[in-house]
Amino acid sequence: MNIIVCVKAVLDPDLPPVKFAIDRKNKLVVPPEGMPYVINPYDALAVEAAVRIKEKEGGHITVIGLGDKSWDVVIRKTLAMGADEAAIICDPAFTGSDSFATAYILKKAVQKIGSFDLILCGRQASDWDNGVVGSIMAGYLGLHMVTRIKGVEVAGNKLMVQRAIMNGNETYELDLPALLTVSNEFGQARIPLGRGIIMAARKNIPLWNLSDLGCDFARIGADAVKNKMHDIYLPSYERKCEMVTGTDLSEALDRLAKIVVSSC
Amino acid sequence: MHNFRDILIMGECENGRLSAITREMIGGARRLADQIHVRTCIILIGSKKASLDKEAISYGIDKVFFVQDDRLADVNRDLQVFVMADICKKINPSLCFFGQTDLGRDIAPRLAVQLDAGLCMDCVDVKIDPDQACIYQTRPVYGGKAMAVMIALSDRIQINTIRAKSMESIPADHERVGETILIAGDVSLPKSHISLLKREEIPKEGLNLEDAKVIVSGGGGIGGPDGFALLRDLARLLNGAVGSTRVPVDEHWVPLSMEIGQTGKIVSPDLYIAVGISGATQHITGCLRSKQIVTINKDPEANMFKISDFGLAADYRTVLPILIEKIRTLKN
Repeated sequence: MNIIVCVKAVLDPDLPPVKFAIDRKNKLVVPPEGMPYVINPYDALAVEAAVRIKEKEGGHITVIGLGDKSWDVVIRKTLAMGADEAAIICDPAFTGSDSFATAYILKKAVQKIGSFDLILCGRQASDWDNGVVGSIMAGYLGLHMVTRIKGVEVAGNKLMVQRAIMNGNETYELDLPALLTVSNEFGQARIPLGRGIIMAARKNIPLWNLSDLGCDFARIGADAVKNKMHDIYLPSYERKCEMVTGTDLSEALDRLAKIVVSSC
Repeated sequence: MHNFRDILIMGECENGRLSAITREMIGGARRLADQIHVRTCIILIGSKKASLDKEAISYGIDKVFFVQDDRLADVNRDLQVFVMADICKKINPSLCFFGQTDLGRDIAPRLAVQLDAGLCMDCVDVKIDPDQACIYQTRPVYGGKAMAVMIALSDRIQINTIRAKSMESIPADHERVGETILIAGDVSLPKSHISLLKREEIPKEGLNLEDAKVIVSGGGGIGGPDGFALLRDLARLLNGAVGSTRVPVDEHWVPLSMEIGQTGKIVSPDLYIAVGISGATQHITGCLRSKQIVTINKDPEANMFKISDFGLAADYRTVLPILIEKIRTLKN
């Protein structure tokens, strides 16, 4: 089973809102100083899913990261988790690209790698939260696809897939080759252990640019977007919170009970 | 002069009626259509319920494309995209709305590929500037920490998914006149390489979260599945429903159907009682439209207090049993 996993590095989604800053004039998010990027948590689960399949079925896992060469640390973590090789695509022409350009570049990277049975992506990136790159890529590559999976089994040249829906579960059977996006219900991504980390440290992670992939530059960058950013701002959800108190806990709870009953 | 064309909605049904988000989108689309003098259209797929088209018209739709084909009813996304793309090419709308639902999240990007359309997910506001011939879409990013406003031009099809409770439905007017186009039986479909083997609905705990007037929600601070029993007691007493943040869902204390937030449900009850919830933005974004928010958390610094109207800094295990008794006494 040849598996390709697409990953992205993001600002830590658990970053407290007070540390989150934007540059409204240039329509950018400003990363706090000294805050390292982490693997997008949903993408870490896509790597986890790939490693679990490899442990059962055998195979080879290639990770592609589309972003910046500073992502080496993040991408190396996926090798420590059990991926066999990885590459980082970085090119200044990628700056300002939308989901369609991202999916197009990943398609070109997949074609450069050549043979594969399965592509795995996270259900969405925890920064821009679109959740569309996997679906668009499957469209570009003409692959069968199930989004937001919580479980997967290989059965010959077919996959059995459990999908998380809002009020239950769906089970699908689909032909390979296929693309799946992995949801948080899949479980927990493993923490890399000593031997994996040592093996990963020895590996070379090549850098590819968009010319290496044979990309059409007219489809990439800020000029190719279909929707342009007009503004970005920090919303305020704050309310004036009255802390309920009393001479003792019982009196405070008397007050709270009245507030609750009168609000219903 | 603008060159806006029709506004199209991908409708969804629930228990044989249009779903709440569908009615909300119809309301939003109606207001925009009146502003730019175009029609509102809807695609309804896979249901034999003949009154759905009349219901859609009563809420503000001008033209219904009603696809009645059993092969499309089993949530086969490949075939649904195929049929939608076909109708969409005929209508050539300026704007196409999906709900930010299981269906919308899944199909909108695929349809955008088919139609070479623009795409903006999880919109909480859509405005049209007819003079500039552009569409402004506001969407939360970074888990709701920031809002981005995206611009689309009117010359191509723009597909948007719309977040629940962000548009307002218009009361039904059963005298409204509209047109229904039936597409039945003769749809030629490609071979699909994917089949749905099983669909299980997890039985709901009591009320629908989206409809509940009172919600008692638990977060990571609840500490395990057992703690939710107290929350259920309180919810039952208030005729409310029980919700959750992402941590209890990821820890398998409660099912996904109870999750409120960006990756779960969007709710707007009269009263939201947040218990043991730290207040991550991705959760807040799901409950911020509640009329009154009450937070109980033993950490007085919890972010959830900042978006609350009333707060009590205490351990829920100590205070909830007493609070339940006091409320019961008040209600009698």
